[in-house]
Amino acid sequence: MSTAREQILSNLRKALGRGPLSPDREAALDARLSDRRDTAIPARGRVEGRPRITAFCDEAARVGTTVARVPSPAAVPGAIATYLATHDLPTAIRLAPDPFLADLPWSEQAALTTSAGPARPTDAVSVTGALAAVAETGTLVLASGPTSPTTLNFLPDTHIAVLRADTIVGAYEATWTVVRTAEGALPRVVNWITGPSRTADIEQTLLIGVHGPHRQHIVLIDDQST
Amino acid sequence: MDATSHAFTANSRRALSDARLQEALHRLSDGFPARRRDAVARLPEFDQLRSEARAIKDHVLENLDGYLERFAAKVEAAGGHVHWCRDATEARQAVLDICRDAGAQTVTKSKSMVSEEIAINEHLEAHGIEPVETDLGEYIIQLRGEAPSHLIAPAIHLSKDQVAETFKAAHQDFPAERRLDEPRAMLEEARTVLRERFLEADVGITGANMIVAETGTVVVVTNEGNADLTMTLAKVHIAITGIEKVVPTLDDAAILLRLLARSATGQDVTVYTTFATGPRRVGDDDGPDAFHLILLDNGRSALMEAEFRDILRCIRCGACLNHCPVYSAVGGHAYGWVYSGPMGSVLNPGLVGIEEAYHLPNASTFCGACEEVCPVGIPLPKILRHWRERAFDAHLMPAGGRAGIRAWAFLARRPWLYRAVTGAIMAVLGLLGRRRGRFRYLPLASGWTAARDMAAPQGPTFQSQWRQRKRGRL
Repeated sequence: MSTAREQILSNLRKALGRGPLSPDREAALDARLSDRRDTAIPARGRVEGRPRITAFCDEAARVGTTVARVPSPAAVPGAIATYLATHDLPTAIRLAPDPFLADLPWSEQAALTTSAGPARPTDAVSVTGALAAVAETGTLVLASGPTSPTTLNFLPDTHIAVLRADTIVGAYEATWTVVRTAEGALPRVVNWITGPSRTADIEQTLLIGVHGPHRQHIVLIDDQST
Repeated sequence: MDATSHAFTANSRRALSDARLQEALHRLSDGFPARRRDAVARLPEFDQLRSEARAIKDHVLENLDGYLERFAAKVEAAGGHVHWCRDATEARQAVLDICRDAGAQTVTKSKSMVSEEIAINEHLEAHGIEPVETDLGEYIIQLRGEAPSHLIAPAIHLSKDQVAETFKAAHQDFPAERRLDEPRAMLEEARTVLRERFLEADVGITGANMIVAETGTVVVVTNEGNADLTMTLAKVHIAITGIEKVVPTLDDAAILLRLLARSATGQDVTVYTTFATGPRRVGDDDGPDAFHLILLDNGRSALMEAEFRDILRCIRCGACLNHCPVYSAVGGHAYGWVYSGPMGSVLNPGLVGIEEAYHLPNASTFCGACEEVCPVGIPLPKILRHWRERAFDAHLMPAGGRAGIRAWAFLARRPWLYRAVTGAIMAVLGLLGRRRGRFRYLPLASGWTAARDMAAPQGPTFQSQWRQRKRGRL
């Protein structure tokens, strides 16, 4: 393998008309890697305060993500029960093994049964947290880890993310800061999710619900919602 | 796949007389360009992002060795393995070895053009391992034994009737009399079949839209979610990509991602954008036990020379295909190898050789639409001209064509002679064609007149008319 590696690198250097990078240039590349740049963030990613939350909800709606606002964590199970009943969906839900979710008052919702862990092939509805969300494009950001198995985002037919309004950021760049501070290094998987799974592979006909979820729903905890 | 680029002319003729293909191509050119236009209109900073993206890619290419080494070190630090592969043979072998070590019987795959480039499916099948494409379009064409005809819409050349026929033939477990009239029914059927395959697969192969040097991360975008199931459910995740796909940081990736989906499908961003770094971590309940990255050269380092380097900025959005009058007329298969449209005409000669792909640089009207929509500003027509020069230098043009070009060059270097000769020809043609106004047949121009009439010139040449008018005005 090392011979292939050396040959590829030396071919590149030959084509670039130089030898290995000089120490100065190596240092410049290292500096470039820790360079945080936000010069390219478009105006729609720079919205602040309440308008940012509104912008997020508008963009989410554009891509087919539904959003239910609740004033407090205690209201989350009720909002989920209502959503599932309204859409005539199964009431057995698979929770991410996240203490925040576990502590919600699920027992107040007699119709719901809950279990926690990674998704199994038979799970129809999953409920996860979300690390952040991006107003720019109505995008959810989820990071894998012991409290957030990735399969929950993709295997069940309905994915419900519980999102706190104060974690909505303007632009993608701000989510990297959140990811890095939360985990030290990058989590194994960071998922940007922008709407339900879709395809247009047959005659360009847009269809929702391919391999990922048919329904992408958000319960937004927003203590200023009325 | 075996290249048939040398047969571009025959391929095109067949494509032009294929009614179903023509209908499909109309659907394509009605859809993608308008959606891209709307998406760009919604982002006033689009052009500024394009210059940023171009600068990022140029900076990376100038320092490609340094960034690849940094990327590889980060992948290894995260517990992954990097396989440097000079060519398709090495890459095929590396993938096969990993699959064998994992005791793999089935391998799920999400869409990857680089995996087409190394023809990995044929190789795995030949060694008793079953590859299963999971992108809906790729799945359909895999069942039909076809190659993708578009970078992002691989089954764009097919009608829903053809898809229904394909599924009826392949899915023998379903009732034979079931109705498959609508795309929705076909989708549900494919979802059911593929869900089983996802769950049983031993190895998952994906491409990578980008790789990030800062963190050793592979970025994979899909709308279906198939790449995520592919890489999460199998024990081993293999990502296959070209050496030019590296970007310095996650911030750089964000800039390119703002351009990619808008240029491709006209979405602001794809439904799923996934940043995967190494294998499963301690405490994770799911994810692959092992992560391998296949880093493929396969002719790319040879494209680093100045004349061709710009094509290595390509992010495979497909905008140049969607806006190309030639692609829109003949479709992707006519180009005869993995990549098609303007970017394919530039890339394929570099990857399979100008001898094989000699026709492709000529399959252009030089209208410039491709360069205009390219999100990373690749001067595609200019590079096509460089390939034409290479083809000429390599004596790939038939003797008649070469003689014609020589004669024209001789005249063009002597303006007085050029004016005299063209003036005389135009005068004669003007006289001969005066009655009908057009020619059904012209010697030396049968390539044109075989398909359509040639309009007869009015008599005086453009240049002589121009001179006369100027004189009149003075």
